[in-house]
Amino acid sequence: MSVITIERKVLEKNEQIAARNRQIFQEHGIFVLNLVSSPGAGKTSILEKTFQELRDELNIAVVEGDVQTDLDAQRVARYGVPVIQIVTSGGCHLEATLVQDAVGNLDLKELDILFIENVGNLVCPANYDLGEALKVVVLSTTEGDDKPLKYPAMFLNSSVLLINKTDLIPYVNCDLNRLRNNALQINPSLRIFEISCFTGAGIPEWCNWLRKKEV
Amino acid sequence: MHELGIAENILQIVRQSVPEGQTAAVRRIKLRVGKLSGVVAESLDFCFGVMIGDTDMNRAGLDIEDVPVTSKCRECGNAFATDDFAFSCPACGGNSIEVVSGRELEIVEIELADESGEQI
Ligand SMILES: Nc1nc2c(ncn2[C@@H]2O[C@H](COP(=O)(O)OP(=O)(O)O)[C@@H](O)[C@H]2O)c(=O)[nH]1
Ligand SMILES: [Mg+2]
Ligand SMILES: [Zn+2]
Repeated sequence: MSVITIERKVLEKNEQIAARNRQIFQEHGIFVLNLVSSPGAGKTSILEKTFQELRDELNIAVVEGDVQTDLDAQRVARYGVPVIQIVTSGGCHLEATLVQDAVGNLDLKELDILFIENVGNLVCPANYDLGEALKVVVLSTTEGDDKPLKYPAMFLNSSVLLINKTDLIPYVNCDLNRLRNNALQINPSLRIFEISCFTGAGIPEWCNWLRKKEV
Repeated sequence: MHELGIAENILQIVRQSVPEGQTAAVRRIKLRVGKLSGVVAESLDFCFGVMIGDTDMNRAGLDIEDVPVTSKCRECGNAFATDDFAFSCPACGGNSIEVVSGRELEIVEIELADESGEQI
């Protein structure tokens, strides 16, 4: 028997492409956010609200990742925002190479912010760098306040937590304080916004933060 | 959830790393898999078995080392392993904890059979 020692990361190829993406984004001064959540937490709704608030001031584009269909891309396109659809045909997460291809179809020169809406899944997207500046994890109140503890990797690898559907708190068994504490226990540096796409609460604060990050 | 893709990546790296003509001699691939890597060892093992099926590498097997989550307290510097995610420091009770390991997904080494030895 002979042994070859190699010490290589299994996802090294993804990481190399992600690094290349990141360099391109930095060269063009684009702030890139990777939106992750379970299906239905409200990623597309948040994008819609964000466009309403920011589209007159900032040049925004979207990469939509979906397992099937381009329904979300259609929703987003209504706001006059450039959108590139990626259909993963069953794939449970986006990979850097898919984003690289998608971004090739965007005019990067004028862009300020790029949102990447990842496939709805709280597990796999945590471990695939796309070249984003940061990950934004969206958790809705209907999912329960224990989710940070159940999906720690996602909360650990994200920089921002959007707690969505706060309008439903009277009807669901979700303790906001506990949710916040659970998330901060996993990742003390998480920036948290409490929002509702239904009432619009918290959206201005989130958009203000985006404005400051962008400049 | 995506172990098939991971198995594919592993095969690719192994083929790149083994001297030409020796892929059939691969017997053991040692991996380090962190608890936070999102990879389930059993399903990775299964997917890998399917992938090598009737290729020349079909005598290879995975040797998976589970890497626990290790954390370090930012307040007192204490490092400790956590199995669940009750992230507070067992030494000082502090809540500012940094994860220092558990995200690993690495190929460590590849073991090859000694071809001449095997023919005897
Ligand atoms: N009540 C309420 N419903 C919401 C809110 N945000 C999103 N929804 C609804 O939740 C569902 C899923 O939202 P969507 O944006 O498609 O989630 P995605 O799968 O994460 O993109 C839709 O029916 C939305 O109208 C909210 O803040 N409050
Ligand atoms: Mg969506
Ligand atoms: Zn401590």
